[in-house]
Amino acid sequence: MSQAFLNLENVTRQWEGQGGVAGISLSLNEGAFLSILGPSGCGKSTLLRLIAGLEQPQDGRIHMRGRDVTDLPASKRDLSMVFQSYALFPHLSVAENILFGLKVRRVSRPDRERRLHEAVALTGLSGLETRKPSELSGGQRQRVALARAVVADRPLCLMDEPLSNLDAKLRNSVRRDIRALQRRLGLTVVYVTHDQGEAMSLSDRVVLMRKGRIEQFGTPAELYARPASTFAAEFIGEPPMALIRGDALGTSSDLTVGARPEHIELAPANKADLTARVLDAEFLGSETLLSLEHPGAKGLALILPGDTPYAPGDTVGLCIPAQHRLLFDTQSGKIEKEPQQNPATRIRQNTAPRDGQTAPTATEPTFDLQRTDP
Amino acid sequence: MSHANTPDRQRRAIHGWLLLSPALIMLSAFALYPSVATLWTSLWSRGTRRRPSEFVGLDGYRQLLDDPTFWKVVSNNLIYAGITIPASMVIALTMALWANSKMPARSFLRTAYFTPTVLPMIAAGNLWLFFYTPSFGILNKIGALFGAEAVNWLGQPDTALWAICMVTIWKEAGFFMIFYLAALQTIPPDLREAAEIEGASRWTYTRRIVLPLLMPTTLFILVNAMINSVKLIDHLFILTKGGPSDSSKLILYYIWENAFAYFDRPAAAAMTVLVLIALGALAAFQFLVLDRRTHYR
Repeated sequence: MSQAFLNLENVTRQWEGQGGVAGISLSLNEGAFLSILGPSGCGKSTLLRLIAGLEQPQDGRIHMRGRDVTDLPASKRDLSMVFQSYALFPHLSVAENILFGLKVRRVSRPDRERRLHEAVALTGLSGLETRKPSELSGGQRQRVALARAVVADRPLCLMDEPLSNLDAKLRNSVRRDIRALQRRLGLTVVYVTHDQGEAMSLSDRVVLMRKGRIEQFGTPAELYARPASTFAAEFIGEPPMALIRGDALGTSSDLTVGARPEHIELAPANKADLTARVLDAEFLGSETLLSLEHPGAKGLALILPGDTPYAPGDTVGLCIPAQHRLLFDTQSGKIEKEPQQNPATRIRQNTAPRDGQTAPTATEPTFDLQRTDP
Repeated sequence: MSHANTPDRQRRAIHGWLLLSPALIMLSAFALYPSVATLWTSLWSRGTRRRPSEFVGLDGYRQLLDDPTFWKVVSNNLIYAGITIPASMVIALTMALWANSKMPARSFLRTAYFTPTVLPMIAAGNLWLFFYTPSFGILNKIGALFGAEAVNWLGQPDTALWAICMVTIWKEAGFFMIFYLAALQTIPPDLREAAEIEGASRWTYTRRIVLPLLMPTTLFILVNAMINSVKLIDHLFILTKGGPSDSSKLILYYIWENAFAYFDRPAAAAMTVLVLIALGALAAFQFLVLDRRTHYR
């Protein structure tokens, strides 16, 4: 733990006009599972390719185990990689695909056989060794790609959206397999995904990226509980965090209040902070997700246990407990204050409904959210 | 029951034949009939005004096998094929690998490589005639700069066939390169990256991944090159006319000579039949043996 396993310092790689990453710094301990998360085009694949050595940074250094690998080619960096397309060699059998790297590196035959056997058993590919990739299902191909990474026996494994070509059901089971494999082999994994659910459930650390820069770097719990910006708040969580304009809750319109749907409570009209209209009610079995509409809020939702009597068009009163409110700067989108640390700045309850006043409308120019609802 | 169906079945039969007829007519007129007619002609003697042609069976073939020129031409053609096929394929592959890499002026390079293919063979022949001309041809001019003596490339039996081969390779390599280039572009780039991460050198990647994936293309090009090694003789008319002393004469040219210069149609027909048999056997070998060892995606 004394020294970071992987360390990036101010790494920059940009192309003329668009894309790429700029000023990326992060460090990762051995055995950790890091997800690089972000919308498409945010530079997450570029970052992975920089770590892999498939791209060269224009600026900054990359260290692995204290060694500067910035100028080393991919083959010398002691890592394996699982590609989004799996990059299996179509003319080679499963066994030949898995053993390709070992043969290239002249590993002895008995050693190769042993490691092939292990990798095949570990990934559940037994009996498929002589098949060609074209004779396998998507999930099996994916596991061949995993086995190829496992057999290399390298401490760092990079994965570029390895689940994006699988159907939803398979995705969940392979996700668990990857996590189990990583723990069992003590691998350090860097995992690129655009699916926040994948990143949250798999990782020890998450890097959230936006437009080539790190928006937030932390544990999944940190990202969920304390998003660094409105972007992070809206990207993470399903449904995402609701963002409510400050003056709708009785504070300044320079602030935007964020609240997770599970922290929003129903309240009788005379005690409510907000009254919102039900847009849609999604019955999910154990609970019901109400999508709500309020002129000063974006992504407002409520999770209620079981089935609910609410139908679209109904009006509900909402209460947002002060300790669950996050404050963002409306202009910059950055988080302002964390409620626990600043008890003195607790937000006053919005008494607007009780006073008979209507909530402010979204036509005010200072309001930065791109909400167009009336 | 069957009685009721008769008009319907007839209509369907007519419909079927109508669909078949374009291909049937074309193939019969231009492939089937000429082949049979050639075989038939080869079994008859050459007719003159005094001795009308008569059925001689395989005599024509026997005479052909006794003809030293025929064997000279066959060996010429084998050398021609043995040089032009591998040389043009290797050069095509090399050019394709090069033209597929990231480099400036890549499209210019590709166009330049492809230009000889666009040129008619007759034009190419005339161009090379200028290169090969003794004393003031470009090759000898360049040679003279280094003090080499003037060589009559096309005019001496030792070099004529090689000079002919050179033109064919120059003409064909660019054409084959296009196929290789197209095949190379279908190989996803992440295969190279995956191999790179595994520590494979560029050479290992080419040998273990690229070449096997190019096998279907290679087979296709091989078939084409073999056909061309028999078929492509236009430049002979311009450059050597098969000479000097038959040193650059190829089978098809000899067939043409027999048929249209010596008017010995049965000899030409017999040779054509032999060529057809040889090519048929080659095609069978390629598709039965090589095909099985080729990976198709």
